[in-house]
Amino acid sequence: MVAERQNSPGRLGAAAWVSGLLFGWGLALSGMIEPGKVIHFLDVTGRFDPTLACVLLAAVTVTALGYRLAGRQPSGPWFAPDYDLPRNRAVDLRLVAGAALFGAGWGLAGLCPAPALADLASGSYPVILFVASMLAGMKGAQLIGRRRVARDSECRFPA
Amino acid sequence: MTVVVDFTPVRGLVGGLLIGSGAVVWWLAAGRIAGISGLLGQMVEARGRGGFARWCFLAGLVMGAAGWVGMQGISWSIHFPVPWPLVALSGILVGVGTEMASGCTSGHGVCGLARGSRRSVVAVVVFLSVGMLTVWMVRHGS
Repeated sequence: MVAERQNSPGRLGAAAWVSGLLFGWGLALSGMIEPGKVIHFLDVTGRFDPTLACVLLAAVTVTALGYRLAGRQPSGPWFAPDYDLPRNRAVDLRLVAGAALFGAGWGLAGLCPAPALADLASGSYPVILFVASMLAGMKGAQLIGRRRVARDSECRFPA
Repeated sequence: MTVVVDFTPVRGLVGGLLIGSGAVVWWLAAGRIAGISGLLGQMVEARGRGGFARWCFLAGLVMGAAGWVGMQGISWSIHFPVPWPLVALSGILVGVGTEMASGCTSGHGVCGLARGSRRSVVAVVVFLSVGMLTVWMVRHGS
């Protein structure tokens, strides 16, 4: 991993805030912060609500266009020393099993990490319980995973 | 029989556009993938530098959602379709699963698919299928 550029943590922080703001706004406006709406998307044989597919379609399209158009600037990103993409290419059991466990938890309560965090602002106790359990699960998997496999870097959040 | 309810395609598309814009901003500014489970994973691991930017992102995420809900002038309460022990269990599953798979709906779903990652395509197909199967078992299985 590249050393962080030390001279612009404020600018990087401001960009992170703007990015988070857009994420949170989009999740709220599209209704994805409501567990019930997500459950109805997954409920394909019952009361099906395809909204989540629209969210994903638009988000992937915009992101893909952005990545394509922006590309890699010779001078690097605006406020960081260099581009840093996931290097792991292995489609292995760890990926598939992890995605399956995530899918089961997602289907059970209708929450994934970003909406769960956004929902913290509602002050609802079940959301706090969900986030605390999620963080504990991450920590547990890290402690076990460290002993087993070298960590991959897919989807590491920046900064 | 499948019954479509509460389908809000325009809001879905606009919301997705905003989320995608957030991911593009992060690419331009930091040169990285915007993955929320990865952000949390690094925070609980308490590893490396740049914790400030992570907190800024989290603050933006919460303020963006709270700001929009606030502007609607509606009370905000989250209702789960399951009792609290299952909420805790699902939290643990999401935490362990996203850590193992190195990504969630944002990292694999939005950013991974956008850059054509084979790992992300596999992850998305698996978590969507298992999510649908889980809902079917909980709501229609018994």
